Amino acid sequence: MATVGVWLDVAMASEAAARLVVSASAGWMAAGDLQLQETVKIIFTNVGNPHALGQKPLTFPRQVVALCQAPFLLDDPNVELVFPADAIARAKHYLSLTSGGLGAYSDAHGIPGIRKEVSEFIERRDGYPSDPEHIFLTGGASIGVMQILNCIIRGELDGILVPVPQYPLYSATISLLGGSLVPYYLEETANWGLDIVNLRQSVAQARSQGITVRAMVIINPGNPTGQCLSEANLKEVLQFCYQNNLVLLGDEVYQQNIYQDERPFISARKVLMDMGGNISKELQLVSFHTVSKGYWGECGQRGGYFEMTNIPPKTAEEIYKVTCTSHSPNVPGQIFLGLMVNPPKPGDISYERFVRESKGILESLRRRAQIVTDGFNSCRNVICNFTEGAMYSFPQIRLPPKAIEAAKNAGKVPDVFYCLKLLEATGISTVPGSGFGQKEGVFHLRTTILPAEEDMPAIMASFKKFNDDFMKQYEDYGGYLRM
Amino acid sequence: MRRFVADLSRKLTPERRKNLVTCVLQHRTCSLFSSFQSQSSVVIPIRFLNTASVDPSMASDYSGSPVTLDTINIKVLNCEYAVRGEIVTLAQKLEQELKENPGSRSFDEILYCNIGNPQSLGQQPITFFREVLALCDHPTILDRAETQGLFSADSIERAFQILDQIPGRATGAYSHSQGIKGLRDTIASGIEARDGYPADPNDIFLTDGASPAVHMMMQLLIRSEKDGILCPIPQYPLYSASITLHGGTLVPYYLDEATGWGLEISELKNQLEAAKSKGISIRALVVINPGNPTGQVLSESNQKEIVEFCKKEKLVLLADEVYQENIYVPDKQFHSFKKVSRTMGYGEKDISLVSFQSVSKGYHGECGKRGGYMEVTGFSPDIREQIYKVASVNLCSNISGQILASLVMSPPKVGDESYESYFAEKDAILSSLAKRAKTLEAALNSLEGVTCNRAEGAMYLFPRIELPKKAIEAAKSANKAPDAFYAARLLDATGIVVVPGSGFRQVPGTWHFRCTILPQEDRIPAIVTRLTEFHKGFMDEFRD
Repeated sequence: MATVGVWLDVAMASEAAARLVVSASAGWMAAGDLQLQETVKIIFTNVGNPHALGQKPLTFPRQVVALCQAPFLLDDPNVELVFPADAIARAKHYLSLTSGGLGAYSDAHGIPGIRKEVSEFIERRDGYPSDPEHIFLTGGASIGVMQILNCIIRGELDGILVPVPQYPLYSATISLLGGSLVPYYLEETANWGLDIVNLRQSVAQARSQGITVRAMVIINPGNPTGQCLSEANLKEVLQFCYQNNLVLLGDEVYQQNIYQDERPFISARKVLMDMGGNISKELQLVSFHTVSKGYWGECGQRGGYFEMTNIPPKTAEEIYKVTCTSHSPNVPGQIFLGLMVNPPKPGDISYERFVRESKGILESLRRRAQIVTDGFNSCRNVICNFTEGAMYSFPQIRLPPKAIEAAKNAGKVPDVFYCLKLLEATGISTVPGSGFGQKEGVFHLRTTILPAEEDMPAIMASFKKFNDDFMKQYEDYGGYLRM
Repeated sequence: MRRFVADLSRKLTPERRKNLVTCVLQHRTCSLFSSFQSQSSVVIPIRFLNTASVDPSMASDYSGSPVTLDTINIKVLNCEYAVRGEIVTLAQKLEQELKENPGSRSFDEILYCNIGNPQSLGQQPITFFREVLALCDHPTILDRAETQGLFSADSIERAFQILDQIPGRATGAYSHSQGIKGLRDTIASGIEARDGYPADPNDIFLTDGASPAVHMMMQLLIRSEKDGILCPIPQYPLYSASITLHGGTLVPYYLDEATGWGLEISELKNQLEAAKSKGISIRALVVINPGNPTGQVLSESNQKEIVEFCKKEKLVLLADEVYQENIYVPDKQFHSFKKVSRTMGYGEKDISLVSFQSVSKGYHGECGKRGGYMEVTGFSPDIREQIYKVASVNLCSNISGQILASLVMSPPKVGDESYESYFAEKDAILSSLAKRAKTLEAALNSLEGVTCNRAEGAMYLFPRIELPKKAIEAAKSANKAPDAFYAARLLDATGIVVVPGSGFRQVPGTWHFRCTILPQEDRIPAIVTRLTEFHKGFMDEFRD
């Protein structure tokens, strides 16, 4: 059986005072591997889980969903003492779109009225119409990715192009479905750019092994790498997929998380439509989005969608059939999604508060992206690209040969060794780069930029101190072994 | 094939041809591609390799696409799921027709009796559960005085308790992939109170409804088509669909309709041996108790035999116990397989048992919440780690559903402020369901050629219909299974949606349909009248 890589699990870590579960290459590590001092407070920077790190939910969507949960409140004369009128109106709106409130299964691909709101959002964003029938609501983006890959992968000779470093959902799902992951490397020195020459080589190599490459995954903005793809780059990717008859899977869950102005988010679908001609009518594209990221960060709700472009209706029917076997995505999650694509508008009672809250989160994330990048770059043997988007920083750690040797002696992958030491010394829990894949002999770690802004300087200082000590210890060839 | 390719390339625009040429040039160095070139005199671009087996008559605008019916994962194509099949599509069409053209039919609405979705048919949610969920979704109002005017005091208290169990009180955060630990503690206590035997919160995996849990176990158990899963026939199509999707083999065992859908151990043994002789290794036995679609409740002695059988044959017992609260007859009681096996003295090391539970069923019927769990016992720690790993690929199940799963296993108790209203709501739903089951069962049994076992539990009736030969022939010429033909006619004449028995499988030559008992009680008389009239007309038309 294929082994599946799984990344660090938040709560498990909290229970066992940090237990690292990293990719297959690194194996599993038991809690016993760690000698944590009781005084060390664990700082979870390992999962993109903003609310777990204290980010407050946006008020308006929570009000609406609470009212949908308890529709009997809507008839209570006192309801306006607790809930604003536009939240009440919106709750009634969403309840009217359901067929039996939050407690009834919806259609397997989601409530039609909410799929329509999603299509309107896409149309506003891209400037091209979108068909609600091509939109499937899902319980988070991961489920959508699994459903689509399940349709594509027939056996181990079917290959999926996946960026490396990659988000382990892809490697895990491809393993579970028995397909082959065909890696293409992002270029760290070109700010994690996507090089078409690399892509061609990856495909050629896979084909030489008898693999039919069937689809390509792009993560834009990148996870764990944080880069935003340029329009020109996306065009090249689309053309490449078209020439090679690949379905393009566009993981665009971080589209709200942009921290620079040169490269705003642009959807693969918009670029495709802009290109016009046959490619825009033929290239198969599936785009994914979620309520877990952005300034929403509503990970626990499991709400998301995928939109299919140029997927034959008969194939879409097959995808629909499979979604039916899990009935429907959870209805509260669908309503969160509706609210995300259709937030309060100017003039609504809740508008100002909503804007204040969402802007506050995004602006702070932008500052944190800068603090983290600068912090890492000020450290010895650490180099780090700027987090242009998403929620992560992925610094390269240049481990001295002695550290690599020490890791080997301890039976650990070098970056796992480093991350464990970091955790022991500082309580900062990160994910070793080997969990995402990286070039041979190059080591990274992934951290989120999600801890509270006021804690950031202290966290970065604590990291710097650890790293200084670590480097000092392992660069000191004349010294004694302190293992 | 060559002609097909030539046809396609003729359709190409100059621009596309250029692209294809580029593509060919790019891959000339690729060994696979050059070997292909040497085999064929036509330069076939990679783009068309996937569709080379397409019947030329089927070539459409999509024929060159990477994912078509031809190149889709065959397991997806093979998977069947009747609960939402052809009849439902027809129903949706009719519904649209009624909307655009009210009065165009003898009925004014479609009655969905095809799926166990109580709240879509007007069943009201349990107030206490919803109060707690609303408060957990919007905890900032918990401290406000006005809130006490809107919510019961114990719902506020319970919301506080639950939030305290959630790290950082963050209901918007991913949880532990097995579900929030505090909620699993509550569920474990609920199981313990139900069974009288201890339950371990670490054995519990919270999932988005029971279906993903079933898929997860199938994924874990099935290695290839040589792995078999024993499933009851008639069965809930989730099992056949999931087994197909995971590439395994469904090994059927027939329930005996004559003895109220009884489960005979001799039948299990025969089917097991027959499968073994075909080289299939049986990995697990699925038991649905109370039964879906068959509505029977297993007796404790029967359950003991089943446990013994699984132990002896080293099978994982997959116990679908999602209808455990839905019991309608005084002479039957629900016993969990966990309790039964523990009563027999079998512990963790003796039997591998997975029990599925859901918030979608019971008296609460909260289908849209997608909450549920499986209790996994009798597996080694390594296997448990693998289950955990698979669960974590999807991060976690939705938090609202997790909270509801814990509420369902720990409802208000005697003395709590909400107890009386909670009990009244629950009792009203369950006793009404019992009445509806009885009325519908009697009505069905009064129809010509129809026999129907009683619904002892669950949410369905599964009547058998003796179809006249003429009807069977008519079905054949309409290219439909006879019971699908009947169901389509029923829908067309009455707006009542049922699922043909063929979707659940049945003894060959017998015909059934599944009908839920979920329409609200005041609607039942009209349903009975419409059903009776239709059936009479149908028989008059086709009687031999």
